[in-house]
Amino acid sequence: MNAMVKNVGLFAIVGVLILLTGFLQSWNAAVLILNMGLISAIMALGVNLQWGFAGLFNIGVMGFVALGGLATVLVSMPPTEGAFAAGGVRVVLALVLGAATITAAVLIHGAMQKGWLRTAAMIVLLVVGFFVYRAVLDPGVAAIEAIDPAATGYLGGLGLPVLIAWPVGGLFAAGAAWLIGKTALGLRSDYLAIATLGIAEIIIAVMKNEDWLSRGVKNVIGIPRPVPYEIDLQGDPGFVERAAGLGLDPVMASTLYVKLLYAGLFLTVLVLLLWMAQRALASPWGRMLRAIRDNEVAAEAMGKDVKRRHLQVFILGSAICGIAGAMMTTLDSQLTPSSYQPLRFTFLVWVMVIVGGSGNNFGAVLGGFLIWFLWVQVEPMGRLLMDVITAGMTDGYWLKVHLLESAAHMRLFTMGLVLLLVLRFNPRGLIPEK
Amino acid sequence: MSSDPYGDRGNKDVSIANPRGTGSAASMQGGGTASLAPGGPFLIGESMTGGYGKGPDILHDCTISVDKGEIAVIVGPNGAGKSTAMKAVFGMLDLRAGHVRLNGEDITALSPQDRVAKGMGFVPQTNNIFASMTVQENLEMGAFIRTDDYSGTMEQIYDLFPILRDKRYQAAGELSGGQRQQVAVGRALMTQPKVLMLDEPTAGVSPIVMDELFDRIIDVARTGIPILMVEQNARQALEIADKGYVLVQGANAYSGTGKDLLADEDVRKSFLGG
Amino acid sequence: MDFLNAIVALANYVLVPGIAYGSQLALGALGVTLIYGILRFSNFAHGDTMAFGAMVTVLLTWWFQSMGVSLGPLPTALLALPFGVLGCVFMLLATDRAVYRFYREKKAKPVILVIVSMGVMFIMNGIVRFIVGPDDQQFLDGERFLISARTFKEMTGLNEGLAIKSTQAITLVTAIVVVALLFWFLNRTRAGKSMRAYSDNEDLALLSGVNPERVVMLTWIIVAALATIAGVLYGLDKSFKPFTYFQLLLPIFASAIVGGLGNPLGAIAGGFVIAFSEVTITYAWKKVLGYLMPDNLAPDGLVQLLSTDYKFAVSFVILLIVLLFKPTGLFKGQSV
Repeated sequence: MNAMVKNVGLFAIVGVLILLTGFLQSWNAAVLILNMGLISAIMALGVNLQWGFAGLFNIGVMGFVALGGLATVLVSMPPTEGAFAAGGVRVVLALVLGAATITAAVLIHGAMQKGWLRTAAMIVLLVVGFFVYRAVLDPGVAAIEAIDPAATGYLGGLGLPVLIAWPVGGLFAAGAAWLIGKTALGLRSDYLAIATLGIAEIIIAVMKNEDWLSRGVKNVIGIPRPVPYEIDLQGDPGFVERAAGLGLDPVMASTLYVKLLYAGLFLTVLVLLLWMAQRALASPWGRMLRAIRDNEVAAEAMGKDVKRRHLQVFILGSAICGIAGAMMTTLDSQLTPSSYQPLRFTFLVWVMVIVGGSGNNFGAVLGGFLIWFLWVQVEPMGRLLMDVITAGMTDGYWLKVHLLESAAHMRLFTMGLVLLLVLRFNPRGLIPEK
Repeated sequence: MSSDPYGDRGNKDVSIANPRGTGSAASMQGGGTASLAPGGPFLIGESMTGGYGKGPDILHDCTISVDKGEIAVIVGPNGAGKSTAMKAVFGMLDLRAGHVRLNGEDITALSPQDRVAKGMGFVPQTNNIFASMTVQENLEMGAFIRTDDYSGTMEQIYDLFPILRDKRYQAAGELSGGQRQQVAVGRALMTQPKVLMLDEPTAGVSPIVMDELFDRIIDVARTGIPILMVEQNARQALEIADKGYVLVQGANAYSGTGKDLLADEDVRKSFLGG
Repeated sequence: MDFLNAIVALANYVLVPGIAYGSQLALGALGVTLIYGILRFSNFAHGDTMAFGAMVTVLLTWWFQSMGVSLGPLPTALLALPFGVLGCVFMLLATDRAVYRFYREKKAKPVILVIVSMGVMFIMNGIVRFIVGPDDQQFLDGERFLISARTFKEMTGLNEGLAIKSTQAITLVTAIVVVALLFWFLNRTRAGKSMRAYSDNEDLALLSGVNPERVVMLTWIIVAALATIAGVLYGLDKSFKPFTYFQLLLPIFASAIVGGLGNPLGAIAGGFVIAFSEVTITYAWKKVLGYLMPDNLAPDGLVQLLSTDYKFAVSFVILLIVLLFKPTGLFKGQSV
């Protein structure tokens, strides 16, 4: 009961921090922190499932989040007129050929005897396959990218409601996780960490360079929303009237209203996922997972298929990250591949899980909110601190200028410090595993 | 595992964590000081009671000793605490009662590392060589704490184990099981120990190699170093032993000279298969 | 003649940059592999350690330059390098004392140290950005080229020029000297052998009287030197930008794993394998093939297998292939 009080208290503190932001800074900033906090909490939930409950070290969170973002574009953007006719068929054909080449290589690897002949056959197949793939793909890509490159120049999406993109984002991430897990967990030794790190970079590289897919670094903007537009609300007399009744001006009211609608959607997803995660972990499946984690040898001796369980939990955790990624891109209404940085999307999520408490879903959620709050607020706090430090210095003194300019970089330093302090003095996190 | 905040949650990822060569939980370093305690045998673990860490007691009032010029052998059934008794003498166990005395000093409080400096040579049962290093480097590492010229000692060891001289520039991990054991014993001898302790030196080697290893051990004993040895192959071990201890469930069951024990009806029936 | 031109073009665009980049990766991978072998975890802060050492060197170089100190044709940075190494040694030893030592005493599992190194990575990244900012910094001076393309053309009369930047030559020479020194230290000295022994079998090393804290300290000192040198060479060759060093972590890890984690020789081989695959796969072969093939068969396109933006992807495909076929790396690493 005591622990319960403490945990509720911890969540209350985060709530108060967000409320304080509302009172001291602006309510828009506060609700934005809340929204991104909800998304961060979902990401942390996914990583916690993998690390906390199965000891799997996923440092490619960024890749799964980005795949979710890609799903948003592919599902909800309107199809580019004429793009599919111009080059879409070739692109699809090329992708099928590419996949067929790899499948054939895998089949050869399985079917032929080990030796130089097999190696040679595979190399020839892969090299020839690669050139055929490029020969089919390149003209298609050129044709697609030639269509009004300033506005589109890509295949576009299916034009479906954006909410459908969230589960699809999860599916994309799950698919990638299946591929990675199959390969990395299937090796004689486990190489998951480096594999996830690498695949995440590859996913980002693809999204930055394959303009036909998601416009690359030109970004996709104006992704449809699941909520009304502010401008429409401000033009709606009924809304303006109700806002005035609350003593708010229409602009403020509309921006807040939209953000709160998002918050409602995100909260629904978080609660749903949290409930499912808790249920899954209390089930025999979850108990087996923890049994494997605590004593793999014994679990294996009891006939448990450890690799299969690990693969399952890795896919599930990654899918959750994918859903969070799709939600984030929906909130931003744009996909900017160059904004995906490992520090922000992989390692920060790890800080959330460790600080919150690995192995405890509520801990991960708390960590998500708290660390996101810090991530946002350390910058103004750092500036404040630097103002105080440099108060005694004359204006224009080089050190003062430098300190004030560099205050923005306090953020990374603080995240590292928080992580190390928690690991040192409270290694099981704020809400430890029971 | 959830109780251990510094545990690995079952993570086996070799791309981030190196599982090889990590130390056991037993602390090899630090510890107390030795005090004078003259009299008694050259090395004795007297009335030892204790276990690993906070775990249950494995040894119960167990006494093991060896004197100058002797080979003492600890035998007994599986799980009798043979290796544990030897580790207790070497300081890798938490003793709750009893003493260990070496050469007129009480060394009960010393760490294993300090006991090596006091003149104990210990050859663990497994992982007893530096597999990636050459035979010669293994011997050099054995002499790590020596500040004097140890080339003479190395020559003596090459004379004792001629095969090692031939393989001196080969990685020790590439040698056969019997040769690895010779490297391990040679490494321990490099400190010029006052007493040599061997934990099942013949484990996992073929009978022919086993005979050769026993011959080598006798050769070592002839150089004047007392030897304390744990052995699975009780009959052969007792044949070369001056003194034998039969342990059962962490306590002394029988002790006497090797010959006496071989002749003892009870011992033969229970432990030597008739 | 065409054949010679092709060779020169290949050397100019593939061999020379590949060798320089490979040396830089190899030095970085050596640091990672040493920590993996002795401290038994993969150090995520290694890229930022390189950035820190390089930053100290850059700052001192600027100071020397402002005082008019220079090495003539050689970059002033070489003069500042030893002090950069010292700064980095100090930083890593302080980090070990303040952070890592606690977990060694607790006998924490290596995975925990990996997470700890993430925290250190954040902090070092923050410190470097705080001190010099996130932007590109120039600190190269002295002679630009050992051989410029024009001189080469005049000397040989070929159409293709071969340019060797002085930084590329310095990179190779320094890397050879550093690697030779490292291997001499590890294989010939008492302290080096004690490090290898500790890496091979911790318990037995302790029984032999090796002091683990001393081994750990030596390791950090060597790693600091390797990281700083790698960081400075990379900065001289390309430019100094903190974020690039963080990104270098990926090819460096790939190099260390491809070579076999924990094996120094493997780290060097891995560095070159990764560097050359990156350079060759992202190089546009049009020129070389144009010389080699008859005119009517000369390629129209760039003949670039993958765009340069995929260079990180290349390291990981190579990594994956090696792991699939030789799970312990090209040279037998410790991860079996």
